[in-house]
Parts: sequence; C-alpha cells; structure tokens
Amino acid sequence: MSREPREVVLTVNGRRYSARAEPRTTLADFLRDSLGLTGTHLGCEHGVCGACTVLMDGRSVRACLLFAVQAEGHELTTVEGLAPEDGQLSSLQQAFHEKHALQCGFCTPGFLLSAAELLDLKPHPTEDEVRAWLSGNLCRCTGYQNIVDAVLLASSRREEGAR
Amino acid sequence: MSTRMFGEPVPRTEDTRFLTGRGRYTADFEPGAAHAAFARSDLPHARILSIDTEGAKAVDGVLGVFTYQDLEGQLAERLPVLVPSDALIAPHTQYALAKDEVCYAGEVIAMVVARDRPTAEDALERIRVEYEPLTAAVSLAGAAKGEPLAHLDMADNVAGAITEEAGDVAAVFATAPHVFEWELRMERSASMPLEGRAVVARYDELEDRLLLHDATQAPTGVRFGLAMLFGMEIERVHVVAPDVGGGFGVKVIQFYPEEVMVPWAARRLRTPVKWVEDRREHFIGSNQERGQIHHVRVAAGVDGRILALEDRFEHDTGAYCSYGLILPIITAAQLPGPYKLANYRYEMRSIFTNTVPTSPYRGAGRPHAAFVMERVIEHLAGELGLDSLEVRRRNFVQPDEFPYHVGVTFQDGGPTVYDSGDYPRGLARLLDQLDLEATRAEIERGRADGRLLGLGFGAYVEGTGIGPYEGASVSIGPDGLVSVGTAHGTQGQAHETVFAQIVADELGVPMDRVRVTTGDTRRLGFGVGTYASRTAVVGGNAVLRAASEVKRQAAAVAARVMEVAPEDLVFEDGAVHVAGAPDRSIPLGRLAMASNPTRYAFGVDAEEGARLSQLAYAGGDRPLPEGSKPGLAAVEYYSPSAGVFGFGFHAAVVDVDPDTGFVRVLRYVVHHDCGRIINPMVVEGQIHGGVAQGIGGALYERIAYSPDGQILNASFMDFLMVTGAEMPRIELVHTETPSPSNPLGIKGVGEAGTIPVSAAIANALSDALGVPVDRMPMMPEDVLELLRTAPG
Repeated sequence: MSREPREVVLTVNGRRYSARAEPRTTLADFLRDSLGLTGTHLGCEHGVCGACTVLMDGRSVRACLLFAVQAEGHELTTVEGLAPEDGQLSSLQQAFHEKHALQCGFCTPGFLLSAAELLDLKPHPTEDEVRAWLSGNLCRCTGYQNIVDAVLLASSRREEGAR
Repeated sequence: MSTRMFGEPVPRTEDTRFLTGRGRYTADFEPGAAHAAFARSDLPHARILSIDTEGAKAVDGVLGVFTYQDLEGQLAERLPVLVPSDALIAPHTQYALAKDEVCYAGEVIAMVVARDRPTAEDALERIRVEYEPLTAAVSLAGAAKGEPLAHLDMADNVAGAITEEAGDVAAVFATAPHVFEWELRMERSASMPLEGRAVVARYDELEDRLLLHDATQAPTGVRFGLAMLFGMEIERVHVVAPDVGGGFGVKVIQFYPEEVMVPWAARRLRTPVKWVEDRREHFIGSNQERGQIHHVRVAAGVDGRILALEDRFEHDTGAYCSYGLILPIITAAQLPGPYKLANYRYEMRSIFTNTVPTSPYRGAGRPHAAFVMERVIEHLAGELGLDSLEVRRRNFVQPDEFPYHVGVTFQDGGPTVYDSGDYPRGLARLLDQLDLEATRAEIERGRADGRLLGLGFGAYVEGTGIGPYEGASVSIGPDGLVSVGTAHGTQGQAHETVFAQIVADELGVPMDRVRVTTGDTRRLGFGVGTYASRTAVVGGNAVLRAASEVKRQAAAVAARVMEVAPEDLVFEDGAVHVAGAPDRSIPLGRLAMASNPTRYAFGVDAEEGARLSQLAYAGGDRPLPEGSKPGLAAVEYYSPSAGVFGFGFHAAVVDVDPDTGFVRVLRYVVHHDCGRIINPMVVEGQIHGGVAQGIGGALYERIAYSPDGQILNASFMDFLMVTGAEMPRIELVHTETPSPSNPLGIKGVGEAGTIPVSAAIANALSDALGVPVDRMPMMPEDVLELLRTAPG
C-alpha cells in the first residue's frame, strides 16, 4: 500500500481544513499534529478509554480508531468546538465545572463529547442511562459520580423538548 | 468584608482550560519534535548476546539508534536508587539501556529517534536482539524461596529485609488464651492514569540550556538528577511538569530510562526529542504495585483484645528496587491502623521477581496493611463469637491517647506517631449514615429470598504530609496580581485552587487575583514532589508562610507610605487600609511599586517608589531600609518534623450473582477525617476517585502474569478498569479532627479513599459467601471458585 500522503479536506468545529496525511495516520494524530487541535487526547489508542472521542456528523467516534482519510468530507466536533463563543462555556461544560466533574482533565474532552451526544439524542436521561452511556469512557480520577451528576444537571437545565 | 476562602467549596480555577481543550499536557509541547521509540525485551529474563541495529539505522527518517554501547560515564552506571536504606541488601536498579542482562519483559534495550513516531516504530521492527533465555522468577511465593533467581549476580532474591518489634511478642504468645494464624495475599495492580508517561526535551546549544517537559510527579528530582548525570550546571537544567493527566504514584519515579534517554538524545542530536508512552508500553514499562503475601499470628484475649500480633510478609518489588524498601516499610508501619498493638513484630522481606518493577500506587503499601488488619479483626470476631464492630472498638486507640506511639519506624525514618484522631466517633458517624440495624435487617430479608448479600467494614489510619519539605514563592506584581509558584507538580488534585484559597485569605485578595503555577523549576528550584498525600499539607503550609512573609513586607511599605504602624493595617479586597479607615486604602499593586525604589518611574503607581526614594535620601536614609528587599516577593519552605495521620471507616454492601460470580456493590459508605478541610468539594472528589480505584482494585483489576513471565492482559480490553456503570453512589460523611502539628491543622487526603476498600469488600464478600476471603482481588472467576468450596 502506498504511504504517499494524501490531501484530506474536512470541517472541524465549523471551520474547513485541508492538510496532507499518510494513509496510516489516525484521525487523532491528524487532529493533534496536523491541525494543532490538542484537546483530543489519547489514552489507549485501542478504542477502549474514550479519551479521543469526537463527533463525526453528530455521532461519537473514536479518533484513534479512524484514519484521517476516512474523515474526508465529514463534519467533526472536538472539545475546542463545544463552547458557544470564546470565553464562554456550554451548559454541559458549565455543569462539569460546578459539579467538580473533572480532576486531571485528561479524559474530560471525551466525556464532554459523549455526554453531548447523549443529551442530543435523549435530553432527559435517567441516572442509570447516563452511567450506561458513559461506560465507554474511562476516568481514573473522579469515581464518575460527579460526572454523572454534571450530566444530569445539564439535562435538568434543558428546556423540555429542547434538542 | 472579604469572605474567608479556607473551608469553602470554591469552584476550581483550573477548570476552564481543561473544559475547552486548552490543557497543556506534555505531549502537546514541541509539535515539530523528533520522536523516540524504545525496543523492549520480549523475555522476562535473558542474557543479551547481540543487538543488530543496522537495519534500523537504514530506515529513511531515522536520526539515531542507540544501545548501551553508546552510554558513557555516569550514564553507563545503574540508575540511582531513589530512597536508599541500610536494609537494602541488593540495591539493583536498571541501566538506562539494558546491559548484558534483561530482568523483565518490557525492559528497555535500545532507543530509536526518528522524524516521527511511526517512522521510529518502523525502525524498531528492524532491530534484531539475540537472547539466551534464562529461567524467570515470576510468582512471589516461588521467588521468596529463591527459585529461580531473578538476577544472575545474586544467590537469592532478597532485595532487602527488616525486622522490628514493639513490646515482647514471644512472651505474650507463650501465655495468651488464644493464638490464631492466617495467610493473606494481595496481587499486583497498577495506577493506570489515563495519560501515560511523556517526556519532551529541548536543548539550546548556544545557551547550553536543557528544558524538559515531563509528565512527572517530581520535577525537581528529575532536574537535579539530569544535571548530575549530564555533568551540567544546575541552573542550566529546568524541568516543567505541565498539566499531568493523573499520576497515582506511577509518575513519581526518577528515573525511568526514557526520562534520561530522551534529554540525552536531544543534547546529542541537537534537536528537540519527544517520547509519548503508548498504553502497551505503560503496561510493560511503567511501575506497578500491590503484590504481597502475609503470614500473620495473633494472640488474643477472650474479650477479643489483641494481645500480640506477628506478621511475616514478603513484598514483590519486581525486577528492580529504585524505590528502595519504602513500600513494605509503609505496610509494616501502617498495619496496626486504629488499633493498639502493644506487642507487634514484623519480619519483612522484599523479593525480586522478573516482573515490572514496583513503586507506590495510590495507597502505597497501605491497602495491603488495612486488608490484613481488617481481615484479622473479622477472623478474630468469628473465632471468638463476637461482633466484629465491638472487637474494633475494644482495640481502638482512644481519643485521649494522642500523640500515640505505634512503636515501629515510619517511612521517613522517624518513629510512627499518630498526631490526633477520634476513632470511636468516626466509626459511630459511619454507622449512623449506614443505619446499621436497618441495613442488617434488609440483608436478612434478601438472604431469605436466596440472595447472596454481605456487609463488610474497613478501617485505616493514613500517615500523610511527610517531609522533608516543600517550598513556595509568592509575589505581588505591579497590577496587584499575586503570583504563586511551586516546584512540586499537580496531577488533578486542584492545587491551583486550594493554594489560591490559602493566599487569598492571608493577603485579603479575591481568588481571581491569584495565579498559581505548579511543577515548574523555573519558578522555584527546590522542592520534593507530589506523593504520599503530602502536597496540600506540606506545600500548603509553605504557601501560607510565603504569603505571610509577603504580607509582612507589604505592611512595612504601607506603614512607611501611610506613616502609620504596621500593626494598624488591614488587608482587604486587594488593598491595605488603616483599621477603622477603609477609605484610606492603597492597592497592593501600588505597594509593590512603592517597594521598589527604582530610578525610573514607569506609570503613575511607580512614582510612589520614586517619591519614597527621594524622601529617604532627604532624611539621610537608605532607599531600601536595612533588612528589606525590593519588591513584594518571598520564597519560604515548610519542613514538618513528622507526618500527620488521617483516618476513616468504610462500609460496603455487596450482592453476589451465584451464576456468574459478578459482584455488585449496592452501597458504599465512607467516613473520612483529614483534619481541617481547605475545600470540601475537592476533598470529596479525592475520596470518590480513591474509592473507585479501590473498588476497581478489589473486583476488576489485576495484572495477570503467565507462568513464563508475560503480562496476559496488557491492554484496556483485558485489564478492566472500573467504569461509571459499576460504581455505586458513594455516601460520604466527615469529621474534622485538626492536626496539632501544622498551622493550618490539615492532613492529606489523596490516597485515603483507596486504602480500606479491599478490606471492606473482602469482609463484605466473606459475609455474603460464608467463606473467608483472604486474597484480593476477587474477580468473578475467583468468586465462583470460592462458591464451589462454600459450605451448604
């Protein structure tokens, strides 16, 4: 297989990017090294820990298990794109802050994106549903309780029926 | 009036950057750097006959391939022992790159540096190592008997041994009404922070300066060590631990080979070099902990009082012992927990095996100690037909017995002395929250329905806040911003927030006017490190001292400017005013300018400095009064004479599925006491995380070695870390027994949550299954095995 770099054109956080990537370059490495978006973290590089979770066309994917070339033409959201504006926090980010849902912060981007997807699909989940949904993300610091509470808080602040 | 910050659940100041993807972890620095990758031993024990690197060197994009042959001087010696001890018989540490013999699968043999990581890994595949395989000592029980040998140059596998005795154990055993004997085992686990280790080195040849970004818990040690190993002037070496994605102990070791080789390569190749550990490397190349076997004898009275306890135990130190004997020493010193053991003897042996080396993992020798002691209590209660809670109460150190001397040596080399505590009150608080009678009744009802339910308790005392010292720099800038700098780093414990709380209170400034930078030797050269639940205690008291000194300086300047006595001044809202006259106030920033009698006044505020200078000359005085310095800035250190001892009690209710062996934790109740609390929100977060690691360690996480020395579960697919779906909601209650030993009255909390979890879960499982659970962890297959042996 050719190792020749190819042009990858994609949209990240509403901005169009074009950069070259070897076919074997993962989406995570591409985001971090080629686009400078280092908020996406790598915890295992085999698809278990969820730290590298990003949204592709609104659905969560593991950036360590996709090649950059597979994201060609798609729309991605990373942690850098969650806040409505610079200097502001999204309601989910704000809830994480208030509930002390992060400690070292390394897993946080993945949790935020997984939780954002959950609240998008199901604005008012139960605690058990939150725990089950987030079981694809590992955190070694918080014991999960405050993360779960933060997601429930963000959910409770959503207007009924809001997406 | 300013609100006091100490004791309040102040939201964290560091959160915003983490929430928006702007954290700065080691891997984020030097995006264009060359990458290192390491060839590691495939075998747990072997002689290296030859290493062929020619193929690797020929790969396009490779900048260098290095083996032991490339090392010179001190770097060609074994890496230093971090914590030396006279009892260390065989202080074997590893070489930066393996020399002749490899002693665990994963040991670093060669380094490749290439333009990027994939290229470096391509080259790794072309390195050929020829081995002569040797038999490997894998099991602790076998290695303890000296069969086979883990190191070619040794006659047995004993790295070190210590025996200590308080009282007269033999005499008590000779006359005691009851003597019992049990064996207890804990297996190997690992810290597993979500961020692995990482090192980025930049060497500036023109300036002869080395800057290392390192995901370490101890940047100062790395700095001094590198200066020594490279023969560099200390001021030309700096180490920064930026945002670190969790540590839990595994990142406190200096040196890991990669930590030395990456900066070595940056100097040799004159280019920035980066190494970011992958998860498999972390499993086979980063330190682990926990493996111990205890043989306990207990002499007891008919009332359940422990008259004497003797513990002979083996500690698995892995292939090397860079951390000396600290882990088993901690186990031995903390084994008595909250109980009075007037006659206590231990014989500890630290044993080499051909496995990944060990060093502290959250709890650091204490989870084993609590497990052993709490199982002893339950066994004893069972043998004597007593309620185990009553046995605990009868053996407690009482509130009026502090300071309490345990009678054996603490990890810092001094005596183990508990500074304060109130164990009966702590246990009572736990039982209130649990609602003991209702819980027992509910368990009985469940059992009547055929469910395997159990209730278990665990207790611990944790020595925290040990020396030798920590320092802090505090200064006030011309804009009134207060800068706080420490050399010891942070890995998520909210030090930026809690240090700011301390400073905000002392200087009377709002939280958002305080900036804390941790883990940067450019800010402060001296410090020790973040481990042993010590940073809030030792670092926090250093921060208080530095802030107090800056306050004294500011008061002296204000007194001169305002022509009042320093004692009459009040610090509030970022300014200083005379008591009773808040309208006459001077902002701290202006005082900082006034304190610096510069010749050139930049801006209106600075004119005060120039004016003071002129006034001084006019009066025939010095612009800087004798004994004062320009600026409002101080560096202070705090060095405790002994540790401070937190304590707590845990209760677990478990539900065992008899078909699958899966254990569900239905309730988990925690009582916790870490003295005065700086930030209850942060303390609760530390406990939550600690308990989760404890539950993971008790029920899911075990480093599984094959008999031939390979880790069988070296990935997150096979090493199952606890997730939010398994975790119960933790019920947490506090008491606050202040420490009399430091000005803030605080004790450490970082490891507390983890320590008694295996004990509580083992006791709950014993209760549920009706058979003693004397080894941990208990995975479903272990539970099923026990169920097969259970009576009835």
